[in-house]
Amino acid sequence: MTGKGHKRGIRELLLSSDGALSVMVVLLGFLCGTILILCVGRNPLGLYKAVIQVLTGWSIKLGRWDIRYVGEWLAQSMPFILCGLSMAFAARTGLFNIGGEGQYVVGITVAQVFAILGPQVPVLHWVLALTLAILAGAVWGGIVGWLKARFEVSEVVATIMLNYIALYGSRILIMRIPGTNTYKTPDFPKTALLGSDFLSQLTNGSLLNLGMIFVIISVVAYWFIIEKTRMGFGLRATGFNKEAARCSGIPVMRSVVLSMAIAGAFAGLAGGIVSLGSFKYGRVLASNDGYGFTGIAVALVGNNTAVGTLLAGLLFGMLSSAQGLMQSNGIPKEITFIIQGLVVIFIAIRTGFRMFFKYTMKAKNGGEVARND
Amino acid sequence: MQENAIEMIGITKTFPGVVANDNVNLSVRDNEVHALLGENGAGKSTLMSILFGSYDADSGIIKIRGKEVRIKNPNDATALGIGMVHQHFKLVHNYTVTENIVLGIESRTRLGMLDLKSAERRVAELSAKYGLMVNPRDRIEDISVGMQQRVEILKTLYRNADILILDEPSAVLTPQEIDELMDIIRRLKQEGKTIILITHKLREIKAVAERCTVLRRGKYIDTVDVASATEEQMAELMVGRAVKFEIDKAPAKPGDVRLSIRDLSVLNSRGTAGVKNLSLDVRSGEIVGIAGIDGNGQTELIYAITGLAPAQSGSILVNGADICKMTVKQRIEAGIGHIPEDRHKHGLILDFSIAENAVLKDYDKEPYSSRLGVLDFQKINDRARDLIDQYDIRAGEGPVMKARNMSGGNQQKVIIAREIGLSPDVLVVAQPTRGLDVGAIEYIRKRIVEERDKGRAVLLVSFELDEIMNLCDRIAIISKGEIVGTFDAGEVDEHQIGLMMAGMRLDAPKETER
Repeated sequence: MTGKGHKRGIRELLLSSDGALSVMVVLLGFLCGTILILCVGRNPLGLYKAVIQVLTGWSIKLGRWDIRYVGEWLAQSMPFILCGLSMAFAARTGLFNIGGEGQYVVGITVAQVFAILGPQVPVLHWVLALTLAILAGAVWGGIVGWLKARFEVSEVVATIMLNYIALYGSRILIMRIPGTNTYKTPDFPKTALLGSDFLSQLTNGSLLNLGMIFVIISVVAYWFIIEKTRMGFGLRATGFNKEAARCSGIPVMRSVVLSMAIAGAFAGLAGGIVSLGSFKYGRVLASNDGYGFTGIAVALVGNNTAVGTLLAGLLFGMLSSAQGLMQSNGIPKEITFIIQGLVVIFIAIRTGFRMFFKYTMKAKNGGEVARND
Repeated sequence: MQENAIEMIGITKTFPGVVANDNVNLSVRDNEVHALLGENGAGKSTLMSILFGSYDADSGIIKIRGKEVRIKNPNDATALGIGMVHQHFKLVHNYTVTENIVLGIESRTRLGMLDLKSAERRVAELSAKYGLMVNPRDRIEDISVGMQQRVEILKTLYRNADILILDEPSAVLTPQEIDELMDIIRRLKQEGKTIILITHKLREIKAVAERCTVLRRGKYIDTVDVASATEEQMAELMVGRAVKFEIDKAPAKPGDVRLSIRDLSVLNSRGTAGVKNLSLDVRSGEIVGIAGIDGNGQTELIYAITGLAPAQSGSILVNGADICKMTVKQRIEAGIGHIPEDRHKHGLILDFSIAENAVLKDYDKEPYSSRLGVLDFQKINDRARDLIDQYDIRAGEGPVMKARNMSGGNQQKVIIAREIGLSPDVLVVAQPTRGLDVGAIEYIRKRIVEERDKGRAVLLVSFELDEIMNLCDRIAIISKGEIVGTFDAGEVDEHQIGLMMAGMRLDAPKETER
């Protein structure tokens, strides 16, 4: 009896809490991944060993502890978290930002140009480079918002098109930098790099860098703007019900521009952090890094909340940095993409899950009513 | 004793968290007009949906002409001779009358071609037999709402229904059309049909029904003979307490002109003229009602005043200042309050809490927001608690309750509390009581009169003539975007207003266009 009551408790929790549903969806994704690994005839423990090593640094295979893995995980997660926030911010205000990728690329480009050509003043150099990356992302997103507000251009179409412009525009611009060949620029000056001896030593030489501070600030800022400020109130109102917001005197058009600009700023910052934190030289991008697109999934899994997006970003970062370890454990690294894909699909059909839970609960209640008769 | 056409015994239906029908009984005699009376949410529609097979009852028995039946879907109901005319018509607008009627049971010629000829003949016959005057070849989009309803009735007759369920049939009709509908119902009875009339309008029950079953909060209350019951008695059964129909209000003491509309023209969403050269004044301390059939420019007029749509030409003055070029925000600050027609679309953000909705128009000002733009949720919640007390808003969870989870009446109270709380000079009110139960209607009308007595200028748009007659000090009748007459209350009766709503200009006893 208590067991049954307990079970119904879980169902109700999944019905009422988006967070609980997300956790279930992630577990379901891993379960399916496990089954797939069994199907291809490998030992699924390899997957979990890799996951544990990324999360704790403890290698079960070698019986050795190395905190570098944790550092790499956090470093890997930064762009996922930021691009997730970008998508989430737009979504909370009723917009769909597929342009995270383009805003991210613009951020990379501006940061790289400024890293090479900017004044080589310690600290100021990378601070300015990151600031410019944020502004560039904001402008790139804001353009879309302006097009939507002014000319009713669908933000979906506009962002997708601007993604191409960003990528190829970036190639043209970066190749102009003296000394650049077809895939890389000369090395950045030291003053432009985000690497920090302290963080690096703390994590045994990982790529973890000062960008992490900005990620943490971003998560807090996201929460504060959305939940606590006058501006966030207006943006959220617009997102839930544009007509009622307009009717209440909230300037809906301005909200759209502002919202896309802030969304773009997060993605632009992601670009800046990746280019100055993970690389010692500027890249001539041959294709998209994909963080902007994966950010859509991150926001979905995180239910567009600050903490949810942070956790989802850490999950995607974990999957990404587990890939190498999985391969050394004999598990094809593509499994991580499959798990990512499954998680997104499950999230997308969560309405279906909800209906299923409601249905089974109703069937149960119905059965009890019948018995009482 | 007459045979019972329908017998529903002990019907219970629960939805998650709600008992919609709790052991309800209904018996309808053969060839009877039987009214089903109840407030919104009393379970009338649920009961009829069970009879029509749209829902499955949790328990209970249905007997049709003495035989126990199981009605699993509307097709079963149709086979048993039950037809239903829904409140919202289910018609294909660019099809003809006949095409709509045969939809789903089209007869074919031997070659497999659609046989509309014979269907058309039958529709014409039925139409003549019941005095419906419907032309089988008209397109739905070209005929009036009243005619569309007759097409729905024909649809059931074409399928050989002898039990007709009419769901709130008069809600969409003009007074004249309602009279005609009453004639049609009498004619249907004459021809041997059994009719169930779902309604909360007592006058119609008095006009055509023989017996009336009353439901309240999902429970069966009583079945009464209409001839021997008064309207007051039936209303009391419906609500569970004595109800006042008339609102006590002192004569208006009109003051200065607060809202002055001059030669206003507004385009509608299709880009044609929605409001044409409309002029109207509303003074402080009076309620001016706009009477008219839905879709005659009322929405465009309100949009133009509140800033949701631009005015094409003309001017709108509030306290002497033209607001036509102002943003919505500026208009609110100029003193316009707005209780919108569609409370879910324009009035509330359903996913916001009561507290957030309560400050939707002034959240950006002190004390709710600091000068730096940080919200003070403490103050916002306090404000919501005040309004909940003052306006008797029933919110189980308090200020944090989501608007979505509240009843329609309480949602409307939140909007009214917010708008009145801003002390606007001009209060624009559209359909304030639509879909609400009698208790909430009484309360909201009282509040509107109170606002008038505080010296506000109230502009009321309503499609319910009762409401206009009851509340307004002056009545302007709108038809096709034009005011066809303005009268002091009491100068004209319902019949005359009805004719003007249909577009006729009367030689009024005293035209009071100011």
